[in-house]
Order: sequence, then structure tokens, then C-alpha cells
Amino acid sequence: MNFDLNSLWFVLIAILFVGFFVLEGFDYGVGILLPFLGRDDRERRMIINTIGPHWDGNEVWMITAGGAIFAAFPQWYATMFSGFYLALVVMLVALIVRGVAFEFRSKHDNPRWRAVWDGAIFFGSLIPAILWGVALSNIARGVPIGGSMMFEGTFFDLVSPYSLLAGVASLLIFTLHGAIFLNLKSGGAVAERALAAAKRLWLPAILIIGGFVVWSYASTDIFTRLGVNPGIPPIVAVLAMLSIGFFIRERQMGWAFIASMVAIALSVVTVFSGLYPRVLPSSISADFSLTIYNAAASDYTLTIMSIVAILLVPVVLGYQAWSYWVFRKRIERMDHLEY
Amino acid sequence: MDALSLARLQFAVTTVYHFFFVPLTIGLSILVAVMQTIYYRTGNELYKRMAKFWGKLFIINFALGVVTGIVQEFQFGMNWSEYARFTGDIFGAPLAIEALLAFFIESTFLGVWIFGWDRLKKGVHLASIWLVALASNISALWILIANSFMQEPVGYALKTVTLPDGSETQRVVMTDFFALLTNPNVWVQFPHVFFAGLLTAAFFMMGISGWHLWRRTKNHEFFMRSFHIGVVVAAVAGIMVALNGHSQAQHMIKSQPMKMAAAEALWDSEDPASFSIFTIGDEPGRRDVFAIRIPALLSILAYNVPDGEVKGINQLQKEYEEKYGPGDYVPPVAFTYWTFRAMVGGGVLMIVIAWFALFRVMQQRLEHTRWLLRILPYAIVLPYASNTSGWLMTEVGRQPWIVFGLQQTADAVSPNVTAEMVLLSLVLFTTIYGVLMAVDIFLLNKFAKDETQLEGGILPEPSSEPEVAVSF
Ligand code: HDD
Ligand code: HEM
Ligand code: HEM
Repeated sequence: MNFDLNSLWFVLIAILFVGFFVLEGFDYGVGILLPFLGRDDRERRMIINTIGPHWDGNEVWMITAGGAIFAAFPQWYATMFSGFYLALVVMLVALIVRGVAFEFRSKHDNPRWRAVWDGAIFFGSLIPAILWGVALSNIARGVPIGGSMMFEGTFFDLVSPYSLLAGVASLLIFTLHGAIFLNLKSGGAVAERALAAAKRLWLPAILIIGGFVVWSYASTDIFTRLGVNPGIPPIVAVLAMLSIGFFIRERQMGWAFIASMVAIALSVVTVFSGLYPRVLPSSISADFSLTIYNAAASDYTLTIMSIVAILLVPVVLGYQAWSYWVFRKRIERMDHLEY
Repeated sequence: MDALSLARLQFAVTTVYHFFFVPLTIGLSILVAVMQTIYYRTGNELYKRMAKFWGKLFIINFALGVVTGIVQEFQFGMNWSEYARFTGDIFGAPLAIEALLAFFIESTFLGVWIFGWDRLKKGVHLASIWLVALASNISALWILIANSFMQEPVGYALKTVTLPDGSETQRVVMTDFFALLTNPNVWVQFPHVFFAGLLTAAFFMMGISGWHLWRRTKNHEFFMRSFHIGVVVAAVAGIMVALNGHSQAQHMIKSQPMKMAAAEALWDSEDPASFSIFTIGDEPGRRDVFAIRIPALLSILAYNVPDGEVKGINQLQKEYEEKYGPGDYVPPVAFTYWTFRAMVGGGVLMIVIAWFALFRVMQQRLEHTRWLLRILPYAIVLPYASNTSGWLMTEVGRQPWIVFGLQQTADAVSPNVTAEMVLLSLVLFTTIYGVLMAVDIFLLNKFAKDETQLEGGILPEPSSEPEVAVSF
């Protein structure tokens, strides 16, 4: 592998996706668990407040990934976003109602009003949690891209039993990740219920993800490209996934959270390393696949952007970590709540 | 309608909508930071309550700015993929930098500010709102750098590339990043948008404070002081917006003369050029039906002297045909003309209102001028109308170009996205945006009129439950 600027940007975008899935993953999960774990209004508010200061900062990881793809691989951005048009519309609608729901929900005390926004938080978290799995599996498997770099399929090319299974898998892992986070960040009955949910979610998550991995062996070249020995990331990802169950049983929730972060991060790494050097494989012809070369911006632009990213990304990581430190306290029933 | 018209309509709807929330974010973030700074310096609780009260309204507005912004970030790829392919080498960079440099700070520190009132040291908490304000304005700067490339392309070269199937196409590549940053268009546009944001926030504060003063609600001093901040900022920002607008117009005559000709409905070149007050034109026939024009004023505006040629639409059309080949290079004239007038008219009206109110305040007769307090809440629509018509003029006046002189809007649309698909998304976005607008106004109205949140500096615990311990 010849590590050039294009590869650097491939890695940077993978990092942005890792950040996005690890962080936004649990706040999707918390949103999905909201109607199940919050028995009264106060509890639902506690649940929302565990992610209150963070959800927007987490979402910016996705926005930045979008911007970075545009800047570094404009052809990837153009092909993928126009190709996945309808799926993206659905996702955007979900993200719109979800974002305002956090802000609006507790600003008016009519129960019907609150129920509507709780519903918006639930669906607004559920839909993207599924769609991201669907999207990644389609990217891994390849989509119909023609010789002029244009997506030549329809919405229905993106929906298949395989991609739906991927959607269920991402849904389960994010929900599990969210349950663990919620247990760590809340107190009392909510924390207990979050623990019970994590216990119950772990096994189905393992089974579905296991099924998905087997199917991926059969239907994508991600693993064949990685070889018989797939390398460290997928193996550690599987071990981390398995260890979550152990940590939950031992009530080592801090460790369980680290394990689910590692599992998610390394799954993303596995997909990206299987893709490399392609960014969007074509199912029509291997010659038509978008790669880090034919989809890339010029060396000049990549150089400028590399300088910017190398200066800024560590700073972003620093202050985001600090904000998690500031709000590390568990949310208790009697606390003053903003949302 | 075809896919192109629908995509344009969708872009217009979603972008105008995004820009309903942006100016208030830009301006009010600064004003809230100023209030909190006064509190920090003097320890006067009144200013703490001010920061909280206006901050609450700021947050409600911000939420909509954020969610509508996500659509913007994705739209260039979804609906304008040929544009993204053609300009991606240049256009993506400022968008990515904006996200890395501004959106991360904005979103992280707004969370810190909202949730950190009693968890952080006062100074750190104050710094967080200043970071939000700074980042909002940095974000505006970078997106305007991107937009300015469309108005006035600089720092680029055209390059032919071969696609995987062997066909060839042209794209722009960046040759000079610093030329993008020093694009003269940025440095007339950014100050105009910045002061327009401050003006928006100032009228927002004046309107709401005016309502309370008119109703003689409690917390008289609170709203009097808020009004004072609003009126001073409005008076200054109003003048600054007009002055910047003037330099923008002078710049536009050089960079996009056709837009200026359309904004003035100037069919034929004139020297010295007259300024139109009111024109009813015959657009297809390219002539005036009825017009009131002030002689030589346009030349004065353009060059600061009463003579100098301003080119007309007919001459420019001929010039462009020679340069770019046959085609129609005239933007929708009536639309450009009237949006320009709506913006400037709104601006002039706001300057008059702000200075009159300031005058009354200095005479200490504000509260006796009851009609003024009565109309101020309605005057909140003025900055919104000016902002919207300003952008409509800027963007529609650039047509048929999406990137001036380089790519036409018709060539920029995604070829693989059908009219049905765009129609579906357009209907969805428009419906949701409509509902959210109603909810937003409902909440802003509720909190703007709510007196209880001012008592003792504590915002209400909006809870249907019996009183719970509040950790203040
Ligand atoms: C002159 C200012 C300006 C203009 C022309 C635009 N924006 Fe904007 N945008 C802002 C000024 C701004 C802001 C002040 O930074 C916002 C508004 C409210 C807010 O929350 O931040 C914002 C929010 C915002 C967000 C959400 C950030 C977050 O999650 O915190 C995104 C993704 C975008 N914008 C993207 C865009 C794109 C792609 C635009 C081009 C069409 C655009 N904006 C026009
Ligand atoms: C927020 C303020 C803005 C508003 C209200 C606005 C409004 C509009 C409108 C109404 C059009 C349609 C013109 C027509 O089709 O006749 C348009 C076109 C366009 N604008 Fe803007 N614009 C804004 C900012 C921007 C910025 C900052 C960018 C880029 C960074 C941008 C990119 C575009 C593009 C790509 C088009 C072409 C698509 C089209 O013609 O509809 N706009 N804009
Ligand atoms: C009072 C006199 C004003 C003048 C002479 C003026 C002039 C201008 C000009 C010439 C442009 C177009 C720039 C271009 O297309 O290159 C513009 C755009 C714009 N104006 Fe104004 N303007 C005035 C007042 C206002 C006010 C009061 C507001 C809002 C509160 C406003 C908001 C805008 C916005 C948002 C744009 C689009 C962004 C831009 O191109 O800068 N303007 N203005």
C-alpha cells in the first residue's frame, strides 16, 4: 500500500465515521429506548437529559463526514448522495424532527404535546439507526454505478434481505450501546431498567450480527479481500462484542461501554479496510468503481485540507472529551433538568 | 414541472427557510454574550436574567437553524450532483472547514452553555457563549466564501478529465486557496450579512421589549434595559448594513453587471445613469411601460460621481452572447428588481424606526410614544423580509449561471434524480417546515410573553409534576 494523500483522506473519513457511529450510536439508542424505559414524564426527561448536552455535537460528526467527503472525494459525494436520494430524504426528515424534538418537548406541558415529541424522538432515532446499516451494507456490496460515475439503479436496488439484515444489526448494536450508556448516566429505576434492557439485547445482537457476518462472507468481497486471516480489527471487534455480555453480567458497565465502543469502531474499520482503495464499488463493472483516485479532489486541495484537518481534529477531540467530563454526573430524579 | 424547476424550487424553499433562523443566531448570540459579560463584570443579577431570557429564545431559534442546516449540507450532492462534480475540488473545502472549525464549536459549547449554568466556573461558562457567538460568525464567513465562488469565481483553473467509460468532461480545480479567502466578493458580502444579523436580533429585542413596555407588564426595568441594548444596536447596524450594501452594489457593477442592470431594470446603457424609484416593465419586450427615475443617481451610487456609464441589459446580453455563445443571459428582471426594492425599502424603514426610537429614548419619552411600542412587535417581520429578499435577489439575479461564467444552473442538476422523486421530497420538506414554523412561532411567542421566567432569574421548570427540588 502506497500511503499518499488520497489514502490519508480515506483514513480521515473512516475516523469521522468511527466518531459518528460511536458517539451518535448511543444517542440513537437512548432515543429508541425512551418510550420503553421511561415510565413517567420525569423519567423520560431524565433519559433525554442524559444526552442533552451532547447529541448535537455528536451529530456534527456526520455533517463533517459529509463535508469531508465533498471536499476530498467530490465524485463519491455526488454519486452517493444523488444515488441514495430517497433513502436520504427519509433520513433527513427523521433527523429534522428528532433534533427539534429534544429542544421542544419539555417547553410546553400539555401531555399530548409531549407524547408527540417523544414519538418524534423515537422514530427520529430508530429510522437513522436502521438506515445507516442499510447504507453501509450497500456500500460494502457495491451499487449499480455506470461508466460516467452515475448511479444507474433505483431506490429498490438498495433494499434487499441482506441490507435489511444489516439495518437490524445496526439497530440492535446502537440500542445496546445506548442501554449501556443510559445505565452509566442515570440513577434509580431508570438505570436498573437500562441494565435489564442491555442484558436482554445482548444475545439477539450477537446472533443477528453473527448472521450478518456470515452472509457478508458469502455476498461481498470485504472479507475475501482481507484474506483467510482477516486481520486484527474484525477479530477484536467480535471479541469485544462477546465481552459485552460478560461485563454486563458482572455489572462492569464502564467496561461494557468501552467494549461496545470498540466493537462499533472496529466494525467500521473492517468495512473501510475491505473497501480500500475503493470508496463506492460498482456492481456493474469493477472498472466503474469509484476509488480514492478517480473520485478524489486534486492534490492541491487535499494538501490544504490535510493541513486544516491535522490542526483541527485533535482540538475538536479535546473539547468534546472535556464536555463529556463536565457532564459526567449521573442524572437523578430530583435533579434540575433543562430539557 | 420538470426535475430542474422542482429542484430549484426545493433549493429555494429549504435555503430561504434555513436563512430565517441564521440571522437571529448570528446576531442574538453576540447580544446574549454581551449581556452575560455585563453580568460577569458587574455581578448585576438583572443581566443574568437577561442572558437567560433572551438565551431561551435564542436556543429555540437555534434548534431550527441546526436541523435545516443538515438538509443544506446534503443537498448539493442530492439535487445538484453535476454541480458537485464540476466544482467539488473548490466548493467542498469551505464546507468541510466550516464543519470542522465552526459547527463543532457551536454545537458542543451551546450544550455546555445550556446545561452548565451552575456546573461551571462563571468565567468558563461565559467563555462558552462567546465561543458559540464566534463560531456562528465563523460559520457564516466560510459558507459565504463558498457562495462567493459562485458569484465571482477566483483561484481556479479548468481541467479536462477522463471518466471510466472513456468520455471526457471539464471540471474546475483549485489553484489558489488564498484567492478564495481574499475573494473581494466575500469581503463585501460578509459584513453585510453580519450587520443584517445584528439588525435582525436588535429588532427582535426591540419588538418583544416594546410589547412588554406597551402592556406595562411587570419587570419594567428588565425590558427597558433590553430595549436600550436593542435600539442602540439597531441604529448602528442599520446604518452599517446600508453602507455595506452600497459597497456591494459598487462591487456588483464590476463583477456581475447584468445583476445590477436587472436590479435596476435598466434596459439600455446610460451615462450618466438614472436610478429607478418605480418601474413597470414589459419584460419580454425589454422596455419600460411606466417609470419614475431620478437622473444620474445610479451613476452616483456606482461610482460616487454624477457620471459614468452603467451598462444596460440589452448591451450586456449582446456582450455575453459574444463571450459565451448564443443563449439567454437575462435573469428574471421583475423579480430581481422588486426583491432589491423590498430589501432596500425594509432597510430604510428600519433605519427610520430605529433612529426615531433612539431619539425618543434619549428624550426619555419612549413610554409615552405608545403607538411606537404598539408597532414594534410587528416590525420584527422587516429584517426577515429584507434578509429573504436580499438572498433572492442575489441568487436569482445571478441566473442563468450557478457559477458565474462557468456553469449554468440547468447543467448542474442531478440527471438521475427524477421529477417524481424531487416532488416527493419537496412536498415532505415543505410540509414539515410549515409545521415546524408554526410550532416555533408558538414557542417563541409563549416564552417571549412569559413573565414568570423572569422572577428571581429562574426559568420555569416546565413540569406537570408537583414541585421538585431545583438545584439552583
Ligand atoms: C450567513 C450565514 C449562513 C448561510 C448563508 C448558511 N448557513 Fe448554515 N448555519 C449558519 C449560518 C449560515 C449558522 C449561523 O452557523 C447556523 C444557523 C443556526 C445554527 O444553528 O447555526 C447554521 C447551521 C447549519 C448547519 C447545522 C450545524 C449544526 O449541527 O450545528 C449546517 C449543516 C449548515 N448550516 C449548512 C449550511 C449550508 C450547506 C449552507 C449553504 C446553502 C448554509 N448552511 C447556509
Ligand atoms: C442562506 C441564504 C441563501 C438563500 C436564501 C439562497 C436562496 C437561493 C435561491 C432562492 C435560489 C434559486 C434561484 C433560482 O433558481 O432562480 C438559489 C440558488 C442557489 N444557491 Fe443560494 N441562497 C442562499 C445561500 C446560498 C449559499 C451560501 C450557497 C452556497 C454555499 C448557495 C448555493 C446555491 C445554489 C447551488 C443554487 C442553485 C440552485 C438553484 O438555482 O436553485 N446559496 N439560492
Ligand atoms: C439599506 C440599504 C441596502 C442596500 C443598498 C443593500 C444592498 C445589497 C446588495 C447590492 C446586495 C447584493 C449583493 C450581490 O448580489 O453581490 C445585497 C444582498 C443582501 N442584502 Fe442588502 N442592502 C440593503 C439593506 C439590507 C437589509 C436591511 C438587509 C437585512 C436586514 C439586507 C440583507 C441582505 C442579504 C441577506 C443579502 C444577500 C447576501 C449578500 O449577497 O450579501 N440588506 N444587499
